[in-house]
Amino acid sequence: MKILVAVKRVVDYNVKVRAKADGSGVETANVKMSMNPFDEIAIEEAVRLQEAGKAKEIVAVSLGVAACQDTLRTALAMGADRGILVETDVELQPLAVAKLLKAVVDQEQPDLIILGKQAIDDDANQTGQMLAALLGWAQGTFASRIEIGAGEINVTREVDGGLETIAIKLPAVVTSDLRLNEPRFVKLPNIMKAKKKPLAVLKPAELGVDVAPRLVTLKVQEPPKRQAGIKVDTVAILVDKLRNEAHVI
Amino acid sequence: MSILVIAEHDNAVLKAATLNTITAAAQLGSDITILVAGQGCGAVAEAAAQVIGVKKVLVADAPHYANQLAENVAALVVSLAGSYSHILAPATAAGKNTLPRVAALLDVAQISDVIKVESVNTFVRPIYAGNVLATVQSKDGIKVMTVRGTAFPAATATGGFATVEAVAAVADAGVSRFVSQQLTQSNRPELTAARIIISGGRGMGNGDNFKLLEEVADKLNAAVGASRAAVDAGFVPNDYQVGQTGKVVAPDLYIAVGISGAIQHLAGMKDSKVIVAINKDEEAPIFQVADYGLVADLFVAIPELSRELDQLKAAG
Ligand SMILES: Cc1cc2nc3c(=O)[nH]c(=O)nc-3n(C[C@H](O)[C@H](O)[C@H](O)COP(=O)(O)OP(=O)(O)OC[C@H]3O[C@@H](n4cnc5c(N)ncnc54)[C@H](O)[C@@H]3O)c2cc1C
Repeated sequence: MKILVAVKRVVDYNVKVRAKADGSGVETANVKMSMNPFDEIAIEEAVRLQEAGKAKEIVAVSLGVAACQDTLRTALAMGADRGILVETDVELQPLAVAKLLKAVVDQEQPDLIILGKQAIDDDANQTGQMLAALLGWAQGTFASRIEIGAGEINVTREVDGGLETIAIKLPAVVTSDLRLNEPRFVKLPNIMKAKKKPLAVLKPAELGVDVAPRLVTLKVQEPPKRQAGIKVDTVAILVDKLRNEAHVI
Repeated sequence: MSILVIAEHDNAVLKAATLNTITAAAQLGSDITILVAGQGCGAVAEAAAQVIGVKKVLVADAPHYANQLAENVAALVVSLAGSYSHILAPATAAGKNTLPRVAALLDVAQISDVIKVESVNTFVRPIYAGNVLATVQSKDGIKVMTVRGTAFPAATATGGFATVEAVAAVADAGVSRFVSQQLTQSNRPELTAARIIISGGRGMGNGDNFKLLEEVADKLNAAVGASRAAVDAGFVPNDYQVGQTGKVVAPDLYIAVGISGAIQHLAGMKDSKVIVAINKDEEAPIFQVADYGLVADLFVAIPELSRELDQLKAAG
């Protein structure tokens, strides 16, 4: 089986993101960038399938600016076999990413595609579902467990009421949730090895995809800050405040 | 404007999140249709027909809609989409699963987690865990979007008289099937509908200790939630998780116990009306958003809280 994994370069989850003063976007200058945490989980899952003898090749794909090569190198260090960067400076929205990925999938013909369920920058939670739709494939979103069977895969999904298991035919798209696995730390020798793994660079035009954004961001701004309240000394005072001041119990 | 709202339900009950989505729809226009796709979901359609503001209810009743498989529901929505300017669904696990698929098939963008309708084509949505709000304008012919329930009040559930109409099912895509589900059983209110929530974090130490919170919850008719750390550690099931990548809640009262207040957790609860934090570390960031903070060991404070609530009840 061949697995394709999509990885996104995002502002690191520890960074406190701020809006630019002119409202045109968020401050990204001198900000630490990392692989989207859900995508680390996606790569980890692919590597585990390979280690279990269930996958032959893992191709990592990233889309965006040239610096996404760093993200791909991380994926290669985690165990992906080769990388593909679809390079563009244009703002890529989920539909455009799904179309580009579809074009890559048409070339690569993987049996399984794993993506993170959401990217922690735009918090869209769309790309995997859109890609599945464009390919006409089944989707197993928000996966906390996958089990490869004959021609199909069982996906246990994190849903609002608990867990749900579905069986989907291969080829299929899976998106990872937090409990799918715990990604490994990359070891130095693997980082060195990753530098020698193949990494191809493509352009959207070569893939014949129009990536023009469909949504125009008019402004970004920070929401009103919540003010810290008071500290209370005892549980009795707390209960009294909740009852007689806040009127919530 | 003609707006299609995808109902959230379990074939028996119309879920409350649908009512919030209907309020968002009403801000776009008055021609509102609800789609109920399911199996044996007649009661849901009847409930939807009574919601104030709804004009028409479409029912697609077929076995392959029983479990809301995205491939089938999306194909159905696309078959109806031509008549609508907007297609909305609650930003729930089901809505987030299906709606991007609909959008891609229609070759339009999808707008996630709308918290404000500025006009028929301009919307506000949180990004970066709600650290910033983006105002976006859609250039697409059909606007497809999920609606964050906490940002819109619920539409009135009864008193309306919408017409109910059956629509033809689209053939089963045949690529996916439902196998089983493990739903968390609880007699407490649902997290996203509760007026009071008490959540526990890593500080709870283990799953057994959540009983302390459950005891308080039962006295307050509250729901129990958790941080990611508590879920990852296996203290409680995944559906308890509140936050950027879990559930977004905004109850009247949110009590955070043994939770540090990471930005990803705050993203899911900072719009609560009143926030209480109980944490033994007075520097914990959760105190920066708490209306009432109590620096204490939770294993002392929570049993005490439980006793105080008993006294309150005894006093009437
Ligand atoms: C991609 C991604 C998505 C995420 N999504 C979410 C999400 O949706 N929701 C979420 O919650 N997190 C999420 N997180 C995780 C988040 O970053 C934090 O790691 C998590 O919220 C921490 O949980 P916690 O506060 O329970 O644990 P900790 O940060 O370890 O805090 C435990 C707290 O308990 C206190 N404590 C310990 N013992 C006691 C005691 N006896 N009495 C009183 N207080 C005590 C400590 O002082 C401490 O403040 C996400 C992270 C990533 C990377």
